[in-house]
Amino acid sequence: MSADVVLDVRRVSKRFGGLQALSDVGLRIERGQVYGLIGPNGAGKTTFFNVITGLYAPDAGEFALEGRPYQPSAVHEVAKAGIARTFQNIRLFADMTALENVMVGRHCRTRSGLLGAVLRTRGFRAEEAAIESRARELLDYVGIGRYAEFRARTLSYGDQRRLEIARALATEPKLLALDEPAAGMNATEKGVLRELIDRIRRDGRTILLIEHDVKLVMGLCDRVTVLDYGKPIAEGAPAEVQRNPQVIEAYLGAGQA
Amino acid sequence: MKLLDRRLVVFLACALLLLALPVFAQQFGNAWVRIVDIALLYVLLALGLNIVVGYAGLLDLGYIAFYAVGAYLFGLMASPHLWETFPAVHALFPNGLHTPLWVVIPLAAGVAAIAGVLLGAPTLKLRGDYLAIVTLGFGEIIRVFLNNLDAPLNITNGPKGLSQIDPIRIGSLDLGRTLELGFVSLPSVTLYYYLFLALVVASVLLCHRLERSRIGRAWMAIREDEIAAKAMGIDTRNLKLLAFAMGASFGGVAGSMFAAFQKFISPESFALQESVMVVAMVVLGGLGHIPGVILGALLLAALPEVLRYVAGDLQALTGGRLDAAILRQLLVALAMIAIMLARPRGLWPAREHGRRPATPRSGGASS
Repeated sequence: MSADVVLDVRRVSKRFGGLQALSDVGLRIERGQVYGLIGPNGAGKTTFFNVITGLYAPDAGEFALEGRPYQPSAVHEVAKAGIARTFQNIRLFADMTALENVMVGRHCRTRSGLLGAVLRTRGFRAEEAAIESRARELLDYVGIGRYAEFRARTLSYGDQRRLEIARALATEPKLLALDEPAAGMNATEKGVLRELIDRIRRDGRTILLIEHDVKLVMGLCDRVTVLDYGKPIAEGAPAEVQRNPQVIEAYLGAGQA
Repeated sequence: MKLLDRRLVVFLACALLLLALPVFAQQFGNAWVRIVDIALLYVLLALGLNIVVGYAGLLDLGYIAFYAVGAYLFGLMASPHLWETFPAVHALFPNGLHTPLWVVIPLAAGVAAIAGVLLGAPTLKLRGDYLAIVTLGFGEIIRVFLNNLDAPLNITNGPKGLSQIDPIRIGSLDLGRTLELGFVSLPSVTLYYYLFLALVVASVLLCHRLERSRIGRAWMAIREDEIAAKAMGIDTRNLKLLAFAMGASFGGVAGSMFAAFQKFISPESFALQESVMVVAMVVLGGLGHIPGVILGALLLAALPEVLRYVAGDLQALTGGRLDAAILRQLLVALAMIAIMLARPRGLWPAREHGRRPATPRSGGASS
């Protein structure tokens, strides 16, 4: 059974000075799930995200990816271990082309070094060709193949979000972690994004989704954890969680339930 | 096929032009060839710094330190200084210290690369202005070291510098002497020109290949967004150190060539102003774009020399009240300001390919 758990995180705590940003947060994501992490503003969603991806060092917690424990101490090690993420405020390589952005995503799955690059060895050229064709595939996959040669900064907002997802997919992640991918999108763009996430799931990926948009979360997610003031207050299927009085209170304030 | 032919013709024409240039220039005096030689050394420096600043985005204001490391390495290994000062060296090398070219280039590159890593390591967590200030300090530290390392053990000979440095020898060919080829005689400066040109061509090839590789892309990713680069699994620490080392090795080789070419070096040659000059070449030409960087280096290296002649006339015009040296600096500064106003991305920046077309998009994740 445990082989089917992709991410297993337990008792994560993180304190910033006097603020307990996370206390005893845990979650278990099974293969093929879209797992939602929701909560009001300042609930600790992004902090949790940054902790599991190695950006912040946790004060406590146990982490395992596909049954293997990992220490989220360095961001690039976590990426290598198999968690790829996007950012709440898009962080693309703005002056590089869309194609190059995705090619960078292949970095941790390829190995050619200085000597190969300088001597243009056969192995190097083969690897370069493979990197490029895989990157083009991924651009087509998220639907922006025709912008491959355009600089990332010139893409529209929605396309930049999709490019970020393509770049994350290029690292062959075991878990794809999306930090508010729908932020700032209009209804049409959200629809497109939803289709894309759904397709990524159908193609066998596991996804952790932080999102504000309740409709999107309820429509997409298989399971949801709700955070409030850094504590998990509910966990379950979206429909159950939606009826949980504590959740309603957290979102709407006491007395509304 | 036709396109290939045309490129081949252009390439051959450029190659011939570059090969013929010094033979042509030496008709007007060796001083002109000398200017071109020095300009080529600056091209080497600018290409090296371009790896650090242009690709990896690490603003290094102490780059000239690696030039100094290379120059002093060769200076110490190919001048009588150590041999005369230390009896032990005298005993070890009874015929004096002379180091051939094929030892010098890898050694200078290697030692400078190590210096690059040593100076780069403490700055890894710094960015932007802070990095610039610290590297500036490191650059000065190296110069001050060279200036003061004449006591208690006289290693660098202090401000007096090292003199009587060997010229480069390739086999039996001594680049310090005029070569008579029967129909044409090639003076020392022309011979050095060919050596420096070969080094520049090799460096351009190296940079070009690095730029289009996994390593080059990773450097650029770090330049664009370090956190995102880390999130893509890039070990930014190692890659930054690699950039420092690669850039420094170019500086080291250029420095050793400079020492052999000038036959004399002193800490004065490696002042802060030189670092600033090389940064200006890279930025002015076009950050991260090899042809631009070369153009910037040639221009800024040659401009002061050309202005030397103009400044003389201007000085005569004002009845000698204007000091030529100051006027020259003023003109260089004005030229730089004019260029940056007219072309803020550099004289010859990378092609701005890919403006997004204004076609209306019907959204759709399907492809």
